[in-house]
Amino acid sequence: MDDHILEMRGITKTFPGVTALEDVNLAVRRGEIHAICGENGAGKSTLMKVLSGVHPTGDYDGEIVFDGAPVRFSGIRDSEHVGIVIIHQELALVPYLSIAENIFLGNERRGRGGLIDWNRANADAARLLDEVGLQENPVTPVGQLGVGKQQLVEIAKALSKDVRLLILDEPTAALNDTDSAHLLDLLRLLRDRGITCIMISHKLNEIVSVADRTTVIRDGRTVETMDMRDPDATQQRIIRGMVGRDLESFYPDRESSPGEEVLRVEDWTVWHPTQERKVVEGAGLTVRAGEVVGIAGLMGAGRTELAMSIFGRSYGRNVSGRLFMHGREVRARTVAEAIRNGIAYATEDRKRYGLNLIEDIRRNVSAAALGKLSRRGWVNGNEEIRVAEDSRRDMNIKAPSVMSVVGKLSGGNQQKVVLSKWLFTDPDVLILDEPTRGIDVGAKYEIYTIVNRLVAAGKAVLVISSELPELLGICDRIYTLSAGRITGEVPVGEATQEGLMALMTTEREPVG
Amino acid sequence: MTRTAPSQADEEQGGTTSAALHTGTSDIRTLLTRNLRQSGIYVAFVAIVALFAILTDGVLLSPINITNIVLQYSYILVLAIGMVIVIIAGHIDLSVGSVVALTGAVSAVVVIQQGMPWWAGILAALAVGLAVGAWHGFWVAYVGIPAFIVTLAGMLLFRGLTLRVLDNISLSPFPEQYQDVANGFLNGLLGGPGYDVFTLVIGAIAVAGYAVSGFRTRLARITYQQPVESFPLFVTRVVAVGLVVMYFAWQLAHARGLPVVLIILAVLVLAYGVVTRRTVFGRQVYAIGGNLSAATLSGVKVKTVNFWIFVNMGLLSAVAGIIYSSRINGAQPGAGNMFELDAIAAAFIGGAAVTGGVGTVVGAMVGGLIMAVMSNGMQLMGIDQSIQSVVKGLVLLVAVAFDIYNKRRAGAAR
Repeated sequence: MDDHILEMRGITKTFPGVTALEDVNLAVRRGEIHAICGENGAGKSTLMKVLSGVHPTGDYDGEIVFDGAPVRFSGIRDSEHVGIVIIHQELALVPYLSIAENIFLGNERRGRGGLIDWNRANADAARLLDEVGLQENPVTPVGQLGVGKQQLVEIAKALSKDVRLLILDEPTAALNDTDSAHLLDLLRLLRDRGITCIMISHKLNEIVSVADRTTVIRDGRTVETMDMRDPDATQQRIIRGMVGRDLESFYPDRESSPGEEVLRVEDWTVWHPTQERKVVEGAGLTVRAGEVVGIAGLMGAGRTELAMSIFGRSYGRNVSGRLFMHGREVRARTVAEAIRNGIAYATEDRKRYGLNLIEDIRRNVSAAALGKLSRRGWVNGNEEIRVAEDSRRDMNIKAPSVMSVVGKLSGGNQQKVVLSKWLFTDPDVLILDEPTRGIDVGAKYEIYTIVNRLVAAGKAVLVISSELPELLGICDRIYTLSAGRITGEVPVGEATQEGLMALMTTEREPVG
Repeated sequence: MTRTAPSQADEEQGGTTSAALHTGTSDIRTLLTRNLRQSGIYVAFVAIVALFAILTDGVLLSPINITNIVLQYSYILVLAIGMVIVIIAGHIDLSVGSVVALTGAVSAVVVIQQGMPWWAGILAALAVGLAVGAWHGFWVAYVGIPAFIVTLAGMLLFRGLTLRVLDNISLSPFPEQYQDVANGFLNGLLGGPGYDVFTLVIGAIAVAGYAVSGFRTRLARITYQQPVESFPLFVTRVVAVGLVVMYFAWQLAHARGLPVVLIILAVLVLAYGVVTRRTVFGRQVYAIGGNLSAATLSGVKVKTVNFWIFVNMGLLSAVAGIIYSSRINGAQPGAGNMFELDAIAAAFIGGAAVTGGVGTVVGAMVGGLIMAVMSNGMQLMGIDQSIQSVVKGLVLLVAVAFDIYNKRRAGAAR
């Protein structure tokens, strides 16, 4: 009988319209490093949210046993109380507060009369920093530290809470090689001290080197848990587990006949807006008329950043590289210029970046091309309604009227509104970022049909997707992106999920 | 308010009814509950008018008093037009009171001290207003400082400049033509036994214009196969609006005729009503306030739009400054104190959302009138100033609480 510190049994969690987790089982042994792997959207984060109480008891089905006793968390405080601490990918530190203040935030070292005893706090912080191997003064503001050091401060913070189970979500995603190596060493050290770790990661070589066991999740289900001492537990096996979905015959057929080159990007480099690192480095790609080109990459590979920087430099700074439309170099330094040059970008996060949720379908459809509906600044409201009605019919947007507020539509219909908006700008190349995220199967099929209709009409389409079957199902050609670099270009006929995943997890290898 | 009442109901057509129209209903209850937030403000306005009419034994609705309300609150309403646009875009402007004082002061210096003609004062005031607006717009749009801070600084800055311009003294009086801006009446142009026929004619033209434009909109909608309200409902609406407008015109005609400032106000309300609903600029204001990121990614030139929003606010502050200095017949260092708060309150009571993206010019006018009727009614009843302030504060709070409650309910219904 294994000594399990944590057992999650039969966890099922549904959101309106989607089942995020279905009967997931996870058993973590005391004092091990347990890696969790899965594609974007496989349900890893949801599982961790269930574990840490972000989704409270009652919001999901199933049972959590921690340290031999069933536990019921109604919030993150409850889970921290028993010693479960989660460190998110986006660090939750306050940049203007000192290291010590951050470590004891919400857990202040009180002295006499309820006042904070800063001497004790700073001394305790110094001891914790020593444990994680960070040589910094505890009074230094966190904002002055690099991401790698901030990560260590997070771990020190976790240690200050007497952590017994430490969960790290993509801990090395934003770190360079040295910092990553240091962090992994620290994890081994903590394991030797008896702290159990769950690590969510996309970096398979790290998993193979540091994890004791690995659980693979796919589509909200547990695929398998493998012991990493087993010689069969290779990167290949993990990849197979992550992608081993059947290719459903779920994608509408299409005649492929690519024409002239429409978009070409050369030597594209983008810096992170605030940090000193390149998010995209030397990327180059082409899209031809009547062609659907995919970009495959894991979370943090720089897919959205690449697309948004092409679309009027909406992301990043020091964007460099050359952009060609129809073989002619163009200048698209603002969104308006990009739209004028025939580029359209439908965002992955339609609620935040794509739609004005408090307005109706009509106003959203016209939002990016009001100029086409107006003369000398006056909008022709009736034409606007007609355009919206046309979109509603062509796209099969299910809403009582074009006056319906988009915030109340389903995800699939919202996505169709976003597409309508961009099609009304009459683009030559349409960049679709996760076009089917969070929408149901029927609506997905409709979106694919729309894409096919567009390329049939001679448009060029660039699709970014986390779902490899989707890319394989609708694309003519697929680029893989890893850590900001294009690591491969594969015609769809030669592409397999395993092959793509291997390219997507390639690290620091030049193009070719 | 001969012209605002029509567009107010026009807005109702665009907002309240259209939401209900696709089901083809003409059930009043459905219409009201479908968009309680839009219609609630009108219901509240009618209720408040009725309440104070009863409490003051009808004095509130007497010809002289109605004229007084228009004259007394016109400059707040002008400010509220600009303010609601600022608020829709997700900003705020705290400086308008100081700008009212500064523009009035500049005008007084030009006309009273320098002895230049009355229109030179008006032009000078408008120019100063535009410059102030450009100043705010520059800091908000291009430097990226929150409007709250920029206009708070402006509030101090322009109050100080007012004192400077006036050398800490009051200037008075203006020539008669200048006074006519706020105190003049168009009266007796067509004669009339004991009442002004001209005012009634203007009222009638307004009602006719409202009916015709409403009917044309209706026809256009039918041509474009859009749902419209049932015909009896349409007629009822036009008749109801017509009765209110004609009653109002009748009362004005029995006092001193048609106030000049009411014409200015009506033109501004109509113009800005159209600008906010029918122009690319207006659309972009709503888009920025509704979702800044989405607007940016749709190619809206956010900086340019924000800049012009503040330039426009400066211009309207100057108009209010001219009206106010004309009304008090001079310029004072302390003029316009707290006007910004009345204008902001008017916009929020009129249904503008604190988070931006929602609000209408007509709503802000009704919000301003609610404040005006309450103040006026309480003054007539001889209620102490302190209590008036408390009541107005509570009304603002309740109005926004109601707004948030409705939004939460709408969110839960999803």
